[in-house]
Amino acid sequence: MAAAASACGGAGCRPQCSASAGGEGDAPAESMGRLSISAAAATCGKCDGGGAAVAVAGGVGMCADCFRAHLFGKFKLAVTSNAMVRPTDAVLLAFSGGPASRVALQFIHEMQSKAIQSWETSNSQALPAFRLGVAFVDESVLSVRPGHEIDMAIEDIKSILSSLSPGDKQLHVAPLEDVISSGSDDKAARLKELVGVINDETGRDDFIRCLRMLSLQKIALENGYTKIMLGTCASGIACHVLSATVKGQGYALPADVQYVDTRWEVPVVLPLHDCLAQELNLLCELYSLKTQQLLNRPCSGINGLVASFVSRLREENPSREHTILRTAQKLKPFSFNKFSANGYHDFLPSRLRPKFQNIDANESTFSEILCLICGSPFSESELQNLENTKHKAQKKIDLYTAHCCQSCHFQILPAATDMHGHFFSLLPKFWTEKVDTASASHSSVRDQIADYLLDEDDEN
Amino acid sequence: MDVPAADRARPPPPRAGSRLCVRCGERKAALKRPKTLEQICRECFYIVFEDEIHQTIVENSLFKAGERVAIGASGGKDSTVLAYVLSELNRHHNYGLDLFLLSVDEGITGYRDDSLETVKRNEIQYGLPLKIVSYKDLYGWTMDDIVKAIGLKNNCTFCGVFRRQALDRGAALLKADKIVTGHNADDIAETVLLNILRGDIARIENGLIWLYHDPGIYSPNAYRGFAREFIKDLERMRPRAILDIIKSGENFRISTTTRMPEQGTCERCGYISSQKLCKACVLLDGLNRGLPKLGIGRTKAGAGADSDGKQRIKRSERNTSSLQGKHGNFDF
Repeated sequence: MAAAASACGGAGCRPQCSASAGGEGDAPAESMGRLSISAAAATCGKCDGGGAAVAVAGGVGMCADCFRAHLFGKFKLAVTSNAMVRPTDAVLLAFSGGPASRVALQFIHEMQSKAIQSWETSNSQALPAFRLGVAFVDESVLSVRPGHEIDMAIEDIKSILSSLSPGDKQLHVAPLEDVISSGSDDKAARLKELVGVINDETGRDDFIRCLRMLSLQKIALENGYTKIMLGTCASGIACHVLSATVKGQGYALPADVQYVDTRWEVPVVLPLHDCLAQELNLLCELYSLKTQQLLNRPCSGINGLVASFVSRLREENPSREHTILRTAQKLKPFSFNKFSANGYHDFLPSRLRPKFQNIDANESTFSEILCLICGSPFSESELQNLENTKHKAQKKIDLYTAHCCQSCHFQILPAATDMHGHFFSLLPKFWTEKVDTASASHSSVRDQIADYLLDEDDEN
Repeated sequence: MDVPAADRARPPPPRAGSRLCVRCGERKAALKRPKTLEQICRECFYIVFEDEIHQTIVENSLFKAGERVAIGASGGKDSTVLAYVLSELNRHHNYGLDLFLLSVDEGITGYRDDSLETVKRNEIQYGLPLKIVSYKDLYGWTMDDIVKAIGLKNNCTFCGVFRRQALDRGAALLKADKIVTGHNADDIAETVLLNILRGDIARIENGLIWLYHDPGIYSPNAYRGFAREFIKDLERMRPRAILDIIKSGENFRISTTTRMPEQGTCERCGYISSQKLCKACVLLDGLNRGLPKLGIGRTKAGAGADSDGKQRIKRSERNTSSLQGKHGNFDF
């Protein structure tokens, strides 16, 4: 699952820039992003306005407007070239309050405004504008912040939203514990118990991320949204590449680092995929885009270690994050990393459709088995283990366990095997239900052909 | 502490206050195994350690009976352990291998002397014949000679390229069928990580590292030190992470559009190379013609000194060496 962009810092460099194509060592000595004092007198290399350069991106000093246009260009390109948003879509932007999601909010709002304008001035000839809503997952139940601070933070978020016009954007604030069970009174306690049963610090961190995504899915489904837009940026993705590698998730790694992820009921898109955290921070500074980071949980355990490692790398070479991303691009994405449903691309102008039409029309549902907890596609050994368990499993618990990837098995499931049952009982029902229905259909088929199956021991 | 399944049949005698080995349940535990965190006695540690290596050899069919195997011996702890264990296993499990120690002498006065002494001791201790190949033998130049000719800048380029080939060339000279090196999990994990940082995917298959390498600037920057520190911190936090990195390396799904290394041979020496001349020949050419910068720095238009003054090594070809006749590059 894509990591939230909690790693701050980073530098700007166009991915196509020849410096990054050549690899490390080519970055100018002054750090990218903010211009060093000596170069501050330079004027913008992009426009003729003669304005002072305040940022460096792609090796070029830019004025604030050009820098903004540069980032917006990357955002828009990601949205259009991956067909992320259809006119009929209702997009839910996941807003954490941090700089990346703040920029995502700003940019998608601008795209929406433009679409609204075209619609209004075209007498309904142009395509209608997509709907846009904002979601904030309130994780304060797991923190020790006093209640009034949390309320203030949420008010801040509301005021950020209301400062954007035109367009009515509904804000959905959902406490994380809602994803555990709806309706019962002891949700918060249940959530704390569930998290408390996880021994590993990194496991807890990752589990909460999984819950966060589920929470977004729930908000989207209950409010009729058709897309979830995350502010995950290049820096966050670079961190994820390393942390997934370090957790033995080399097989599943490509699943979380693409532009599009359709594993979920509501597909997830990452338009800031090519923007570095430092660029986004700088943009917020330059344009006084308000952020609210009080409620952000710093990542801990291995994720925290990776974040500080990437920070050091970045200081040593600002284009390192892009290089890491390039490495990840050498890995094969999965079938769910693109929109392939029949008729999906009909909204595109006909000149663009051929670009998407080599997608296998038969791949409308993907065949990979996904981890029950984190959604990682199963590697061969995990599939083998699952097959073996299906044949021998006496208890449901064994089946649930076998539906967890090796990483979740190690870091999320409680260390003591006899606690697994308790853990699964605390999970939201629909998680384990998926396995129940899958195994029910499997066992009914097995029952039908039971008479014809030879025992493995029968060998003539 | 949970007793592993294998030991449940043998209930350890309860003895208040002393920790018993989880494996034999008889002797006192002498250490906590980093890989598994099991508390284990010395004898059992030797047994499981050697057995795991034996399993790796068997499961990956690394050797065939009768093969002549060169053990890359530097005198360090890894190759010393390798020499000892391999000769033990060869004897114990009748691998039928013809083992010998192979050492490389770069010809740096005062540097190799101690380690070569250690290897000579290994020869005696383990009864394995020792062959030393020197840069002088292989290339006609010692490192001392090279430094005299080109100074202290870029000399690391020469040594690195020469060393990588020296083991292979030396083994070929001595008619070996296989080479074994003492690279351990930490080394391999570091390689996987460093390659990710450099823009390369290193995939591990059957214990070999296949490197999908883009030609580009290759510099031994500070990040190697960061990576090593990171791995150490990681290991402290989660010991199995080292092996998990390797597992990731084994499971990477490489896109088919990623360029595969091409294999050809060097026109001059016949060594495996993806270019007309292998890297060593290019460098030697430079040395012999009094043009020591040949093969160093950019080969594109605008070749010249590097602007930032840092020591840089340009790798203009894809793979320059292979071990065991396969595509791949041990890029440690």
